[in-house]
Amino acid sequence: MRNPRLYPLLATIAIFIIAYAICYLQFPYILSTRVAGNLLTDNAYLGIVAVGMTIVILSGGIDLSVGSVIAFSGVFIAVMLRDSGLHPLAVFALLLVITTAFGAAMGWLIYRLAMPAFIVTLAGMFLVRGVAYMMSIDSIPIDHPFFTSLQRVYWLMPGKGRLTLIGVVMLLAFVVGHIIAHRTRFGANVFALGGGEQTARLMGSRVGRTTVMIYAFSGLMAGLGGIVFALYTGSGYPLATVGTELTAIATVVIGGTLLTGGAGYVFGTLFGVLTMGLIQTYIVFDGTLSSWWTRIAIGVLLLAFIVLQKGLLRLTTARSAA
Amino acid sequence: MPAAVKRILPQLITLLGVMVLVSLVFPDFLSIDYSDGRLVGPVIDVLKRGAPVALLAVGMTLVVATGGIDLSVGTLMAITGAVAAAAIVAGHGLVLAIVLALAAGLCAGGFSGFLVAVVGIQPIVATLILMISGRGIAQLITEGRILTFNMPGFAFLGSGTLLGVPVPVWIWLAVTALAIVIVRRTALGLLIESVGINRRASALAGVNARVILIAVYMASGLCAALAGIITTADIRGADANNAGLWLELDAILATVLGGNSLRGGRFSISAAVIGALIIQTINTGILLAGFPSEYNLVIKAVLVILILVVQSPSLAGDLKRLGSQLSRRAPRRSAKAAPQRSDR
Repeated sequence: MRNPRLYPLLATIAIFIIAYAICYLQFPYILSTRVAGNLLTDNAYLGIVAVGMTIVILSGGIDLSVGSVIAFSGVFIAVMLRDSGLHPLAVFALLLVITTAFGAAMGWLIYRLAMPAFIVTLAGMFLVRGVAYMMSIDSIPIDHPFFTSLQRVYWLMPGKGRLTLIGVVMLLAFVVGHIIAHRTRFGANVFALGGGEQTARLMGSRVGRTTVMIYAFSGLMAGLGGIVFALYTGSGYPLATVGTELTAIATVVIGGTLLTGGAGYVFGTLFGVLTMGLIQTYIVFDGTLSSWWTRIAIGVLLLAFIVLQKGLLRLTTARSAA
Repeated sequence: MPAAVKRILPQLITLLGVMVLVSLVFPDFLSIDYSDGRLVGPVIDVLKRGAPVALLAVGMTLVVATGGIDLSVGTLMAITGAVAAAAIVAGHGLVLAIVLALAAGLCAGGFSGFLVAVVGIQPIVATLILMISGRGIAQLITEGRILTFNMPGFAFLGSGTLLGVPVPVWIWLAVTALAIVIVRRTALGLLIESVGINRRASALAGVNARVILIAVYMASGLCAALAGIITTADIRGADANNAGLWLELDAILATVLGGNSLRGGRFSISAAVIGALIIQTINTGILLAGFPSEYNLVIKAVLVILILVVQSPSLAGDLKRLGSQLSRRAPRRSAKAAPQRSDR
């Protein structure tokens, strides 16, 4: 491998494989398709949101509103299915339009007001969470027949593992995210913006349009993540997924994307999500560790990855200078 | 000091505006009574409840002035509160409990500062590490329970009254005054600003940027420890899950409302503290006005967005441009075309 930009991605994949091997030595059953299927299902909403977050971070921005958007989506779906009589698919479409428009509005504010993305999306986080509270403060069950039939869709893998619909949606989201980030003109603009707004403008990239599209895409992904989360939990709850935006940012960083923007791979984030899921699975398998060890482990992992990235970056710059 | 007053004028006007707004929906907002040897009233309540965010805002302003951000302060409140409570439960006494909590805050701040200044990690990630893992650490200290204790001396820090005013108010007033004296009566404030504007240039000019950076994160950790002590003392228990939850966001918001640029450089601690009071006035006002509590976040978000839009530098430029164009009676089309020009 000549390309030093691939190193963080390779390191992520290597650490995931090593971690899986260690878990396998202790609990052989962890290599079954059942566990693998659950790994995809349990982390589906996180993965989808992380795809949007990867694009945002590649552009050098940040989106703190996604956790609230997921909670809002769940409440919106539950309330609409209960009160309006619309078909779930129509509700999904309406929801995605709303969250995409919301993301676009935040992107527009960020560009137009020249405000830091951190502050604008922070206000957006409060706003969306507040709207979710206004729609309901209780958890609402969703029992539409079409909706519950979607929850039961799965393909039986060899070894009786279940590849659920939402797991497949997450994998598709990563494929689409990869194509958008690495194979389209929009993706090139995202990387250019991540390299520096001034340089992107001088290169002729339309910074305003790109910024709006980036946050619109993140809003779309958060809405999709919300649908998946509603399918996963079968309810809408305005207090759900508090802090998911930070977990998503952590997975993106563990996945090898530089938080300064301009370098990274969408597929790295998939391994970031799977590594986090693996830690949680391990703690469940072990049974004696308390759940708070998950957070400490994720923090330590985050630290290790960033230091690793720093070291690699220093190594490559030293080599190119020599 | 007319220059200092001029600097905090926008924040004072905003605070007054919010107070007038609250008074309109709750006429008794400004009434203060004196009973049982202490002042009571909504304003006193705002000052007392605003204490944690005001304290965090002092440290956050210093960090933001260096171009950084500290996401870990809310979690640090949980850790330091847990340390204090654990020390009291173990029978170590009042002084040692406070010293241990402050030391924990300093250590955690030093850790973040080391990551930023020596390892060279971006501040937002460096502090994210403690933000994510910190509540786990706090739960490790409290062993997953809510540690309650009964020590009047410690509880005095959170719910006591001194000269008619709640003790937390004295604490944040003293810390704010102390911080302002330290950074403005010495060259320290200037050095912090120079690091924030251009770290490399200031390092070349002989400023020890590394030490300054670590010092501001330690100061932020110390402020978070004080806020954690107040919160823990107030409820007489350490709640690892909920102590200081999302207060880092309020603290950052207060700093930004105080007109401090997240890109670093010139800063004003007093303006940030007024920003914290603005947030607390909004919070208390929404409750007093009797809105259903589920409306709180939306009202808060809308007010914050409004304040930010009004304070936005580019909007001010636009208005100026628009004004000058109108006075020159230029056709309206050029006013519309102006924002698009920067787009291409």
